[in-house]
Amino acid sequence: MIQAILVFNNHGKPRLVRFYQRFPEEIQQQIVRETFHLVLKRDDNICNFLEGGSLIGGSDYKLIYRHYATLYFVFCVDSSESELGILDLIQVFVETLDKCFENVCELDLIFHMDKVHYILQEVVMGGMVLETNMNEIVAQIEAQNRLEKSESGGQ
Amino acid sequence: MALKMVKGSIDRMFDKNLQDLVRGIRNHKEDEAKYISQCIDEIKQELKQDNIAVKANAVCKLTYLQMLGYDISWAAFNIIEVMSASKFTFKRIGYLAASQCFHEGTDVIMLTTNQIRKDLSSPSQYDTGVALTGLSCFVTPDLARDLANDIMTLMSHTKPYIRKKAVLIMYKVFLKYPESLRPAFPRLKEKLEDPDPGVQSAAVNVICELARRNPKNYLSLAPLFFKLMTSSTNNWVLIKIIKLFGALTPLEPRLGKKLIEPLTNLIHSTSAMSLLYECVNTVIAVLISLSSGMPNHSASIQLCVQKLRILIEDSDQNLKYLGLLAMSKILRTHPKSVQAHKDLVLQCLDDKDESIRLRALDLLYGVSKKNLMEIVKKLMTHVDKAEGTTYRDELLTKIIDICSQSNYQHITNFEWYISILVELTRLEGTRHGHLIAAQMLDVAIRVKAIRRFAVAQMSALLDSAHLVASSPQRSGICEVLYAAAWICGEFSEHLQEPQQTLEAMLRPKVTTLPGHIQAVYVQNVVKLYAAILQQKEQAADVSAAQEVTQLLVERLPQFVQSADLEVQERASCILQLVKHVQKLQAKDVPVAEEVSALFAGELNPVAPKAQKKVPVPEGLDLDAWINEPLSDSESEDEKPKAMFQDEEQRHAKPRAPEADEQELARRREARRQEQANNPFYIKSSPSPQKRYQDAPGVEHIPVVQIDLSVPLKVPGMPLSDQYVKLEEERRHRQRLEKDKRKKKKRERERRGTRRHSSLHTESDEDIAPAQRVDIVTEEMPENALPSDEDDKDPNDPYRALDIDLDKPLADSEKLPVQKHRNAETSKSPEKEDVPLMEKKSKKPKKKEKKHKEKEREKKKKVEKVEKPSKHKKKKHKKDKEERPKDKRKSKKKVPPTDEEAAEPVENGTLDEEPLPPMSSYTLLAENSYIKMTYDVQGSLQKDSQVTVSVVLENQSDSFLKSMELNVLDSLNARLARPEGSSVHDGVPVPFQLPPTIQSIVMAQKLKGTLSFIAKNDEGSTHEKLDFKLHFTCTSYLVTTPCYSDAFAKLLESGDLSMSSIKVDGISMSFHNLLAKICFHHRFSVVERVDSCASMYSRSIQGHHVCLLVKKGEKSVSVDGKCSDPTLLSNLLEEMKETLATC
Repeated sequence: MIQAILVFNNHGKPRLVRFYQRFPEEIQQQIVRETFHLVLKRDDNICNFLEGGSLIGGSDYKLIYRHYATLYFVFCVDSSESELGILDLIQVFVETLDKCFENVCELDLIFHMDKVHYILQEVVMGGMVLETNMNEIVAQIEAQNRLEKSESGGQ
Repeated sequence: MALKMVKGSIDRMFDKNLQDLVRGIRNHKEDEAKYISQCIDEIKQELKQDNIAVKANAVCKLTYLQMLGYDISWAAFNIIEVMSASKFTFKRIGYLAASQCFHEGTDVIMLTTNQIRKDLSSPSQYDTGVALTGLSCFVTPDLARDLANDIMTLMSHTKPYIRKKAVLIMYKVFLKYPESLRPAFPRLKEKLEDPDPGVQSAAVNVICELARRNPKNYLSLAPLFFKLMTSSTNNWVLIKIIKLFGALTPLEPRLGKKLIEPLTNLIHSTSAMSLLYECVNTVIAVLISLSSGMPNHSASIQLCVQKLRILIEDSDQNLKYLGLLAMSKILRTHPKSVQAHKDLVLQCLDDKDESIRLRALDLLYGVSKKNLMEIVKKLMTHVDKAEGTTYRDELLTKIIDICSQSNYQHITNFEWYISILVELTRLEGTRHGHLIAAQMLDVAIRVKAIRRFAVAQMSALLDSAHLVASSPQRSGICEVLYAAAWICGEFSEHLQEPQQTLEAMLRPKVTTLPGHIQAVYVQNVVKLYAAILQQKEQAADVSAAQEVTQLLVERLPQFVQSADLEVQERASCILQLVKHVQKLQAKDVPVAEEVSALFAGELNPVAPKAQKKVPVPEGLDLDAWINEPLSDSESEDEKPKAMFQDEEQRHAKPRAPEADEQELARRREARRQEQANNPFYIKSSPSPQKRYQDAPGVEHIPVVQIDLSVPLKVPGMPLSDQYVKLEEERRHRQRLEKDKRKKKKRERERRGTRRHSSLHTESDEDIAPAQRVDIVTEEMPENALPSDEDDKDPNDPYRALDIDLDKPLADSEKLPVQKHRNAETSKSPEKEDVPLMEKKSKKPKKKEKKHKEKEREKKKKVEKVEKPSKHKKKKHKKDKEERPKDKRKSKKKVPPTDEEAAEPVENGTLDEEPLPPMSSYTLLAENSYIKMTYDVQGSLQKDSQVTVSVVLENQSDSFLKSMELNVLDSLNARLARPEGSSVHDGVPVPFQLPPTIQSIVMAQKLKGTLSFIAKNDEGSTHEKLDFKLHFTCTSYLVTTPCYSDAFAKLLESGDLSMSSIKVDGISMSFHNLLAKICFHHRFSVVERVDSCASMYSRSIQGHHVCLLVKKGEKSVSVDGKCSDPTLLSNLLEEMKETLATC
């Protein structure tokens, strides 16, 4: 199970916060902050796994993250997920974003947080991996965008 | 209307949308909070408008603010409004907001049930999808219960997009509403073979999550997964399945053996590192589960270790990390294979990546007696080098862990260990002072031989206490002073210069230590004092003894002034004592004996679980009232006058035992006795033989005979290093000696075969410890229970999902389906009196209707026998292939309880005399090979079915196989046949049960045959055994409890016909008689007064049967009332037979 998905930039500003377990808002912010400090300390050439420990859940949980340009993508997962699999999943997610936004950059995430959520919803649902095939994900996103467009056209 | 619309859209134009909000926040960096609160005010205005587009826009902005940490739960109702918008665009916004902020505590969440149900059944797949996604984040137990059925339907939706989402969300539903697991499971299983890979992957995902928590329930799916593993090409699915197998193999080693080959193939063939890694992981799990060192498995281990080495040596840090992780798993069972790569591990300790260093530390667990010192030495250098405190603390705990693991198994020299601990106290700012202290205490207490050395080290530590506790930064480490003070005090007889230590402990500086440490100081000062007194008095040095007393009298007041209560109290107590001693000393009275008597006896270590393991003494009921609870007499008075009230009461409440004076005295004595045996009670009288009993104990241990050529206190060089050197020399000497001894032997061997041992590998067993160490084991209470139950966490949310999935579904387990209320309830008036609780009263009504329909249906299909309707209960019974070991034994092997457990005698609660053992299993048929006994059970859920349990006993020496049971259907009874039985291990007996009975008012007979092949040394023969199943009317009854008021109502209703019997010549006690009726005829006692009892039971088709049983002098009369006269008279006839045997 995936416990949380956090995206924040190099300064720790949250760009996407998705918890699959209930935490009050203050705690969520605190977790984002602490996670940011944890990953910030790490060089880019060291491993992408971090034993979160006290952060979320217990010792069964791990932080798996990737750093792209100005953004950190952090997944907090338990031992039922394959570590390398989640790394691939982050890659799939980011590539999907890239396809949907056409050369995605941080600004896209800033101004279209809702869209990013919708894309994520096609990849992970309720903490479980829903789809890993990028073409399928993009197809579903586009179909929903079309539906939305047709609705606004009819107004 | 149109105007309003226009107005709405104009309004929208002026509203901020999400982008404007974000831009605004970015432009107000200085007063962000103020700007946002302004925006929230605007949003509140927008939410008040009727226009759904405006509302949706507002909710969208709120979702953004939620991410920034603002609580938006106040808008929960507005979010629901947006969720229920008809347009997908808005609905999606609503569900997103809900998924971000709804949780179980959100009170309006119950309002969403119908909206979600509507969306789930929406014709647009995206409406459904968005609802499923949202629900997956905020599903509550209520929502799960109400929507489970709808979601289950969606699992068979035509669109794979919906199917996969529905399958995934089921896991969340199971978690919140575990009852849904069994009904939904068959369909979930179906989805494992869904044509769409996404759906398949989702199903695998869900089952893996389930199986991870309760693997044993999913073992039966192993063949299916095995097929998937060998056929699937989707790496995601493969990884999940392989992970799942990793969880299953520990439960079923045979599975592991089968797995090794395909997994090895995958390891060789795959190019995906993630898959390779998981394969290696599972192979490791398999090997662990097999654990026996079979020769062909060592190849697999070699393969794993070799692949892992490649991972660890990879430049990719991720692979390195995972390689180490997996390596640590191999370590547990095959430490030798890992030790070959020790170089690699130690190299990783120097890695710049902390995660990798930590993983490498884990691998160090695989130490042995041989390399412990070397490894710890290496770690100590890392401790010195490490700059971050977290990593250093980690190192520290690791050192302590590997040294103390499995009862200090690997430590050959405890002096070395103590010096390591002392060296660790020099660490700057560690948090683990208490850990070191605990180790010092533990070692000193349990290793008697080391005490002299430990005391010397500790007194040195106390002497240099100012170094340890100087700066506030080192406050964590001052915990070791606690241990040092205690050890010096407790084992003061080993001190070289007790006076010096005493003075060190009384320094004014001590008062700056934390309170609990000072308290230990004060207490142990007295122990030291006692020891010194003893010493001085023996030497007849009166003045020295008085000097010591004087010292105490002078220094103790500084503790009396302490702000810490504990310190203050102890100090004043002791000060008074010492003053008293001083007076006695002035009179030249010898006091040492009595002062040291204060600390006589030895404290033994107690196992951490000891308290829990104390068994509850027989006859002690911890939940019983000690005193009669406050009587709620008023409420008792208000109860409807039950017929036999006072009799029941007398039996229900155990009388409070009246403890008389004698009893109290006895208990007091017992308590005293217990205290005397308890080491933690300080005895009231000094028992001379107990004082420091360990003195002889130490003698018989040969204390360290190491020739310490180097003086141990060389400044500059850490003590422990010298020990390493010494140890090496010692081992070398030992080895030489051994070699000499073995030489002759080996010479002889060498002539035969060339042996590996000649290469001289030193195994653990070769190393004898430097000291013969007698480790005192921890105390456990007598007859402690060996169970390890206490490891389970009762609050684990996944425990609720520990459900047997192979049992057939019962009707009661069906998922709740929303239905319109039944208008025809009045059609079955006799049901008004159903003697059940209110809640259940609806069910039988439905049943009755269903039953009637079914009967009609059946009349049409009389000819069409043998066609099993789907919901009918199938029953496969495994019969173990009975081995012809011993006739007697094999008989015992299948006790009746092995099959359907015999109905417990629920009502025989009044324990008057032991009941004779009763079994409802009666002989069915028997020949020289096999014996069949059977029992018939009805169940309320199947109104025309009974279950026949047959126990087969192999009475011969032959293997019996290919068993087949068949029954000639009669008009009134037939077998419900299964559609095929699955293959179980051993030889399956295809049972085709249970019979369907149409008329239950009369007893039925059913003829049948059991055919089987008997195989023994002479060959095999085909055998047949005919039997006659006898269904008595009793077998259609189901024990049903009934309350006395409902019972009375039932009798008053007048719908029942009456009949009675009388049996003479009964000698059995009434209690046993009732128990017998309960057991054999499946009645339950409603009420009982003296020798009169009312009883109740119900048939599987809902007939009520009421009995009034009266016992006379030598006879019993039974009056019965039943809704069916034929059933009643048949029942009473059967009962007569039973009673006649009493």
